Amino acid sequence: MKYIDEFNDPQLARRLLDEIRATATRPWALMEVCGGQTHSIIRHGIDQLLPEQVELIHGPGCPVCVTPLEVIDKALEIAARPGVIFCSFGDMLRVPGTDRDLFRVKGEGGDVRVVYSPLDALELARRNPDREVVFFAIGFETTAPANAMAVHQARRLGLSNFSLLVSHVRVPPAVEAIMTAPECRVQGFLAAGHVCSVMGMAEYPELAERFRVPMVVTGFEPLDILEGIRRAVRQLERGEHRVENAYPRAVREEGNPAAVRMIEEVFEVTDRSWRGIGRIPASGWRLTDAFRAYDAEHRFDVSGIRTEEPAECRAGEVLQGLIKPTECAAFGTTCTPRTPLGATMVSSEGACAAYYLYRRMNALAPQAGGTAPQEVTPVA
Amino acid sequence: MCLAVPGKVVAIDDSAEPLTGLIDFGGVQKKACLEYVSDVKVGEYVIVHVGFALQRLDEESALASLKLFEELGLLEEEFGDAWEQAAREAGGTAAAEPENSGSEAR
Repeated sequence: MKYIDEFNDPQLARRLLDEIRATATRPWALMEVCGGQTHSIIRHGIDQLLPEQVELIHGPGCPVCVTPLEVIDKALEIAARPGVIFCSFGDMLRVPGTDRDLFRVKGEGGDVRVVYSPLDALELARRNPDREVVFFAIGFETTAPANAMAVHQARRLGLSNFSLLVSHVRVPPAVEAIMTAPECRVQGFLAAGHVCSVMGMAEYPELAERFRVPMVVTGFEPLDILEGIRRAVRQLERGEHRVENAYPRAVREEGNPAAVRMIEEVFEVTDRSWRGIGRIPASGWRLTDAFRAYDAEHRFDVSGIRTEEPAECRAGEVLQGLIKPTECAAFGTTCTPRTPLGATMVSSEGACAAYYLYRRMNALAPQAGGTAPQEVTPVA
Repeated sequence: MCLAVPGKVVAIDDSAEPLTGLIDFGGVQKKACLEYVSDVKVGEYVIVHVGFALQRLDEESALASLKLFEELGLLEEEFGDAWEQAAREAGGTAAAEPENSGSEAR
């Protein structure tokens, strides 16, 4: 079996694949929600190792990809202002706004800094009292405790020159939006492991019951993903729809209560727009009134933003699992990591980037067939 | 950024607020906030995401993950120079000066 020797335990991988093959008697479509899982799946060729009956649909779990264009454009405008130090995770640098990206803003003289943690941005604010330090607070539930702590500390330290440009999103409402879409084909979910490390599993039984879908909490290493698939397929074949934890070494039923408490102190649930998908009710967090002073959107007037998505970009359909990246005419032609039309092509968790990096040879020359990922020269 | 990397707690600064520790990620050492796993001990393994330890992990799982991450180049992706990576993607012209890379903030 191609790819499988790359697994850290090829023998166990074979056994899990054999079990999946022996269990699946009908076609099943599973969605992995986490972008890290998508990359692991494509990188290790897991989708190609699975029996034909089991299809993996890639979900919207890349926070970089779903950050709305309007927010990206606001970030670009704030970052270009004199006196501002704009801090971001490295993943955001080349995400295209309407006419440029943070990388270009930096080249044009903006003070854009890459930080590893929001606390690094806080430290910059402490050391540069004469500058406005803005942190680009994107991410799912996994990142929210960090951003919540940063703003909590800013208040504790009395830092008035620190603010967050918030674009936080939450997984459960996205699952609901996917399942209620008329064209939905998803029959089971691999729930994002590290989101559940923070939030626990309490939000999932209701979704599993309402939509009658198995939800298996899954890690993102290759063997974790195979185990998640094995359990989801087993449930589907038995007609079950339960929440299962296939990642117990990192996920507890209750999640991390201290982290959840901090999120709830600093953020409140709000509607959010998802790039390429649209508005999803209650799918995000914003700062509560008590922390509104630290909201960059309030501090800087960026209300006049006009956005324009490239018409040929189909990232929204990719993010909803409606098409595979290779079904987009722009994929690998007008849209590459060098000239991205959408965030899914440049984010380290984007589905289009995963296909481009690991499947490029196959996608562009399918007749060549069977090119193993390690033979593909990564372009990034 | 979404990657959560296992690492070993090698030191804890009890006087820091929030509680801070030094974490070893297979050779790369970085500070991380331990406030959400506040009873963690030196020598234990934790999963760290954007500078915050989110859960404990057993040593065997942590070491297996770290080995895999290293083989796949994910540690470089997580801890490497994001400006260099962005410049490579953009076609080789770095828009950033190295001194502004934010490395002092890490």
